[in-house]
Amino acid sequence: MTRLAFKRVLQQTSPYALLAPAAFILGLACIYPVVIGFQLSFYSWQLGIPWEGKVFVSFGNFITLFRSETFYTILRVTFIFVFTVVISELGLGLALALLLEGKLKGLNIFRSIFLLPMLIAPVVVGLIWRFLYDPYFGLINYLLKLVGVSSKMWLASPSLALPAVIIADIWQWTPFMLILILAGLQSLPADPIEAAVVDGASYFQILTHVKLPLLKPVLGVAVILRLIDAFKVLEVIFNMTFGGPGRSTTVWALQIYKTAFISQRLGMASAYAVVLFFVQLVLSMGLLFVIRPTEVKR
Amino acid sequence: MYKRIGVGTGIKYLVIIGLSAISLFPIFVLITTSLKTQAQSFSIPPVWLFIPILENYVDVLFQENFLRYLSNSISVVLISTILTLIAGALAAYSLSRFRFIGRGVFSVATLILRMIAPAVLVVPLFVLWCKFGLINTKTGLMITYTGLNLPFAIWVLRSFISEIPVELDEAALMDGCSEIGIFFRIIFPLIIPGIAAVSIFVFRIAWNEFLLALVLTNRFTRTLPVATSLYLTDHGIQWAKLTAMGTLIALPALLFTFLAARRLIKGLTAGAVKG
Repeated sequence: MTRLAFKRVLQQTSPYALLAPAAFILGLACIYPVVIGFQLSFYSWQLGIPWEGKVFVSFGNFITLFRSETFYTILRVTFIFVFTVVISELGLGLALALLLEGKLKGLNIFRSIFLLPMLIAPVVVGLIWRFLYDPYFGLINYLLKLVGVSSKMWLASPSLALPAVIIADIWQWTPFMLILILAGLQSLPADPIEAAVVDGASYFQILTHVKLPLLKPVLGVAVILRLIDAFKVLEVIFNMTFGGPGRSTTVWALQIYKTAFISQRLGMASAYAVVLFFVQLVLSMGLLFVIRPTEVKR
Repeated sequence: MYKRIGVGTGIKYLVIIGLSAISLFPIFVLITTSLKTQAQSFSIPPVWLFIPILENYVDVLFQENFLRYLSNSISVVLISTILTLIAGALAAYSLSRFRFIGRGVFSVATLILRMIAPAVLVVPLFVLWCKFGLINTKTGLMITYTGLNLPFAIWVLRSFISEIPVELDEAALMDGCSEIGIFFRIIFPLIIPGIAAVSIFVFRIAWNEFLLALVLTNRFTRTLPVATSLYLTDHGIQWAKLTAMGTLIALPALLFTFLAARRLIKGLTAGAVKG
């Protein structure tokens, strides 16, 4: 009798006990910091001043933020970066996936090769591209010279630096789109496509009326996942240009780092972080929204 | 008809080989530069044919505290990977096998935390770790990486556990097995493929991570990516040496790719495409 009662108590507490280690670590390293970050965004606080020395400024940081020119520069750079890379990667990924669709011997080996750019440390990716873009010793200027284009100071030019980091990102992440969309194409139901073929539909008609609509959920997920990641980008750019020249490649995440540890304004940096947090939150909600309906269908 | 298919396949192979070349070329440049002499690495036009040397690797390995950074990286990554797997598997088991108050909140929270940018966490973590005395310690970085990776681990392991029929648990329960016993004797052996996939992923993220390591460590506890980045100064970059360091950091990625490409693809595309 007592044993049964004990077992019942155990059954009620065991899910919580099992969850406890993960909840503790997530609380300590993720949730509590987010809360502190929100709190800090309402304070003016210099790096090096003790915790007690921070000054409550209410929405002061956000007001300064929205009034500053820097904010709009960073916003523009971030949006140009994010949308250019995601749209290019989607377009290229989709085109290549359609081209490579179907059975192809040795595809697995090629897929492993495509994985490499995204698995290598961002620091190393930054390093490689910085070497390639080097105005004097870099291969890109050398190759351009071979076809008659004059040398360019890629990473030192305000107009070329952003395209240069965008190209590096497209190199790194187009394979991700390609692999996702290929997997999506392979799991499409065969019946509607065969029916369209029997009805005499052209390749283009099948693509726009059958395949793309069926592929929509996969494309949606791929785009949102890439959007979430593209807004996070910092490491490759940090090591290629450190946001320069000027602010021409300072994306959002990098601005957080620079405000906190170069300008040493922790409160202001937190205000930037809070804005990024909300952008990510909206995108994650979007992801849940896209995934849910497809799950229900299955 | 037969001929047309042949031409189509030929074009496909041409495209795919071209793409592979574009994917590999920068990595090829990295590795070959690391095997050149300092003078060759600066030469334009580039030297394509050369006698590979290991001098840069010897220089890197035995100078500039490289071995300390390497051992920091290895210990932080290994311990945080193990912690992530243990805490993640237990949480995944709890979420997929029990119905309890707070379950929904916890699942949604993990999903949202999965998307969070390290840049959002960097300032508050710096502040908190200073407060707790965890700043500049390897322990602090281990906890950080475990927290960063747990949501992904829980998500993937949960889907693996959900595929195990509940009847197995029930049979074990009938035979007098405890909840914890079920986990270790039934669930754990069956999710080993999931554990393998997750561990490669978690390892990769912790091994490559740069921003948090930069802020949360000092010159004694620094990890490899941070050390490498510090050599990327504006003036006089020694490309031969630096590319050797880069190649060493990229080595696990290169190994994993050819040993476990399928699992990696499954992890990367998890949740987006079924099957």
